[in-house]
Amino acid sequence: MTSRESNRGPGFVDLVETALPGAVTGRNLEALDPWIECPPARLAEVCRWLKTNPHVRFDALECITAVDWFEPDPKKAAKVAWQPHIELVYHLWSTSARVSLVVKVKLPRWKDDVPGSLPEAPSVAGIWRTADWHEREVYDLSGIHFTGHPDLRRILCPEDWEGYPLRRDYVMPLEYHGIRGR
Amino acid sequence: MTQSFNPSTPSGGRPWIEGRFEENMVLTTVEQAINWARQSSIWPMTFGLACCAIEMMAAGASRYDLDRFGAGAFRATPRQADLMIVAGTVTYKMASRVRRLYNLMPDPKYVIAMGACTTGGGPYFKWGYHVVKGVDLVVPVDVYVPGCPPRPESLLEGLMRIQDKILGQRIAKRPEGGKVDDELPVPHHSGYVTSAVGDGTLVFDHQKVQP
Repeated sequence: MTSRESNRGPGFVDLVETALPGAVTGRNLEALDPWIECPPARLAEVCRWLKTNPHVRFDALECITAVDWFEPDPKKAAKVAWQPHIELVYHLWSTSARVSLVVKVKLPRWKDDVPGSLPEAPSVAGIWRTADWHEREVYDLSGIHFTGHPDLRRILCPEDWEGYPLRRDYVMPLEYHGIRGR
Repeated sequence: MTQSFNPSTPSGGRPWIEGRFEENMVLTTVEQAINWARQSSIWPMTFGLACCAIEMMAAGASRYDLDRFGAGAFRATPRQADLMIVAGTVTYKMASRVRRLYNLMPDPKYVIAMGACTTGGGPYFKWGYHVVKGVDLVVPVDVYVPGCPPRPESLLEGLMRIQDKILGQRIAKRPEGGKVDDELPVPHHSGYVTSAVGDGTLVFDHQKVQP
């Protein structure tokens, strides 16, 4: 499997499903960025298989993105087609086979729908070392708690920052340590 | 010093200052002499926060040559600097550091707010959750240089306005506790500043934003 198309079509996802039954809940391998979706509980398992499988070793994690599917305006929210949720997007790259794959995970916006309690996803920092800081950034800006992360602290904002700035319902601070915000 | 006719000098052969007074004498005041010396050796602090620092570096390099104004000695410590050029976006995380650096500078000290971000938040005014809406909420600013980023010529203009300000300084002793007429109010870090010369009431419109 060395061609750029090697993870497209039904062949590759069959390999995943054979190895990990029920782990792939959604897929689009014909897209520009071929993606598969997996449940949050099985994310670590899927990622470890993707990194160590003998067919296409996805040895590089390029980035982690959190997409906040939420419409703060109630008038517009009534018209949107999706339920509010957060999507984690992992971009993987195989340096040997030179193919990419995207893994998506859907999370609730808040754990148990209690505002302020962070949704949880398993950390992949033990699989790709680079995920350490990426997950800290996602935690800092989008408020996702990565269980099993070695050192989950804010990485960009000050340590005493309140809120998660890239959430759609984030409220701008009116002052920070006495400096007024507007 | 003898007067000699030299037709090659630009002033038509007349010397510029020599011979206009009595022999070997130049008249000035101590105030003017000190201010002239000060304005000719402003030492800025090496201090760049974002993209404006690139223009500041260009202004310091050979093409625009900040050293023509005696301000080319960028010091790497606030203890030796007279001028703080706040070049770039000041975030809330950086604000306390900017203020500490300002407090470390010896008097007399001057601040240039360079660029749109430091004058009033710039492109981050509305949606920048992390940007201080003008560095004058943190340190007193003498000269604002607009632009995004300002051209090096603009920074040189700002520097010349600082020089004008220095030239206007009085060194005469003031009564104990007296303040300079044009002394800038130091922001209280509450974001609101009190007037230095008035009765200490809060000044709200120094940034044209009503509370």
